[in-house]
Parts: sequence; structure tokens; C-alpha cells
Amino acid sequence: MPHIPLPAQLPGISSAFAFRPETAKPLRELAHVLLHEPNSLTAGERELIATYVSSLNECYFCHTSHGAAAACHLGSAETVKLVRTDFEQAPVSEKLKRLLAIAGQVQSGGKNVTRRAVDAAREQGATDTEIHDTVLIAAAFCMYNRYVDGLATTQPQDESMYAQMGAHLAREGYRTPSIPVPPEVEPAASMP
Amino acid sequence: MAFRPETAKPLNDLAEVLLHAPNSLTPGERELIATYVSSQNDCYFCQTVHGAIAAAHLEDNEDLVRCVKSDFIHAEIPEKLKALLTIAGKVQQGGKQVTTGDVEAARRAGATDVEIHDTVLIAAAFCMYNRYVDGLDTWQPHDEELYRQRGKKTAKEGYVTMSKEYLPHQEHTTKGA
Repeated sequence: MPHIPLPAQLPGISSAFAFRPETAKPLRELAHVLLHEPNSLTAGERELIATYVSSLNECYFCHTSHGAAAACHLGSAETVKLVRTDFEQAPVSEKLKRLLAIAGQVQSGGKNVTRRAVDAAREQGATDTEIHDTVLIAAAFCMYNRYVDGLATTQPQDESMYAQMGAHLAREGYRTPSIPVPPEVEPAASMP
Repeated sequence: MAFRPETAKPLNDLAEVLLHAPNSLTPGERELIATYVSSQNDCYFCQTVHGAIAAAHLEDNEDLVRCVKSDFIHAEIPEKLKALLTIAGKVQQGGKQVTTGDVEAARRAGATDVEIHDTVLIAAAFCMYNRYVDGLDTWQPHDEELYRQRGKKTAKEGYVTMSKEYLPHQEHTTKGA
């Protein structure tokens, strides 16, 4: 049961977005810029970073939906699984492994990012913007994960739902709902 | 923020809605939540700048801000805000730490559903902003007067207006990396 009356027809962050459209707008926009817009890191690589951090934060809804989006981009659910459990062994580039290491440090706290981890990413060819975006993706998922779990949103264990969401996210990005909002869902009363 | 205007925009828009836009929680109360979470995350820049904004909203009561950071239970603030700060502290540790009991206590003290929602999201957002600032090892000047002045200006003008100082004009913003 969610801590506040969120629309029961919608899972995870979708229910919180429908509850408070004013905050949904910048939250969607941030995810869209970070994960979907053109970038020298592929959308698949960025979704893997989001999935890995959500997995470290044990947020089922986020790691499953972003894992599904990553699998869609990469054409491999196996790679996603390996990145979550042991990314050093995953069939991804050395550069991405070094960026995942930075993302893991951000997850445990911003001050835990070491000069050595940043240098190692640079040695594998990571640019300043790629390092910036990795830090911000990891930081942003420390927010999204806490938002989803902090409200105790409904998180169905339904693989086909996540596969559908992942396909929508991979194709359309984050500006529009990945699950259609039923017409009867009303946002919370607008602020004074 | 100035390094990447494309991400600065939604980050400033989010802070504006959460902390500055009209709300049944006062801007001072919301800035105290942001300051408290930033203090729990040990982010010097965020706790100092948001502490200064909170003080600017609260008749320059810097002692109150300090008290909320160190021991909010004994601070001179409404019971409702204390219950919301308890929820914010749980979110800082991890979303799953928030209990039904915490939420019921906030409701008993008069908190609305939107106020509980906004508290969770402010706390979660500062777990992002704090990590962003410290994760990039940004330059954080240690000059209280500088933060005080900036706090007063941000309290008055909000986050989107302040961001115009360092962001290129909207129409001229270039595409991603």
C-alpha cells in the first residue's frame, strides 16, 4: 500500500507523476536529457548505468524497467543481468566498466568518487561530458529510487509489463507516459 | 550547472517547483528540509547555501537553521515540520526506510498528502543534488558572507531567475554533448 493515495491503476513512478504533474514535468525532462537525447554514450550504455545504480539501491521498479529499456537498446537481457551482478565480467567496453565504477561510488556518496576512478575512466577514453553525465545519472537515480520506494509505490512483479515499458522508453524516451494514464485518474489538488 | 546547460534547466525547474513555487509548506520550511538532508549527506555547499536561503525566509534566524541541522526535535518549529523532517531523514538513508508509522505521525500533526509527497521528493532530490556537487568535486568557497548574500537573492528571486546569471539565453542553448 502506498503511503499516500496514489492512483492504483498505475505502477511505480508513473503513479507519483500522475499525482503531482508539476514535479513530474522537470523529472521527466531530466531523464529524457540524461538517457534519451543524443550523446556520445549510447542510450543502451546510459540505461545500463541507471539500471546498475537502481540495482545497488534495491529499487525493484526502477532496475526492472530501466533494465528492460537497456535490453531493448542492446538486444540482450543477458548483458543487463551481468552488469547488475558483476559488471567486470559483462560484455561491455572497458570505458563503460570504468564509468560504472564511478556510478557505484556516487551511489554510496558523492565524496566517495576518487581521483583514481576518474583517471581510469579518462585512460579508457571517457570525455569530461561523459564523466559528468555518469555522475549525474547515478545521482539522479539516487533520487528516483528514493522517490519510488519512499512513497511505497505499487511495484507489480509482472515481467510483460516491464518489457512493454522498456520498449516504450527505448523508443519514445521520457517526455510522455510509458503506461497510458486512464482518463479517470485525477492529479492531487493544485497548490494554492 | 554552467558546464551542461541541457541538464541545468530541468534541475533548476525541479528546485523551483519544490522549493520556491506556492505551496502549503512555506519556502522557509521547505528550505529547512533541503538543508537538513544536505547536512545529513555532509555536503558543505548545499547545506550552507540552502541554510542561507532558509534563514533569509525566516527573518535571518541563523540559529534556528543551525538547530534544525544538529537537533531538530528541540528546534522551535511546528510539530508537523518535525514529523516531516523525520520522514526526510529516513528518505536520506534509503526510500524503504520510511515507515507507515512515520507517515501516520506526520498526518496526525496535520500534514497533507501533497506535503508528505513533497517532503519525500525534496529529500530524494537533495540526495541527487548533494551527490552531483560532491561527486564532481566542485569548488566550494568557505565564505559565509558570500552564501548569506546569495541566499537572500535566491530567497527573493527563485532558482530559475538566478540560473540566468550563468546559463546561456534559452533560445541559444545548443544541443547535447
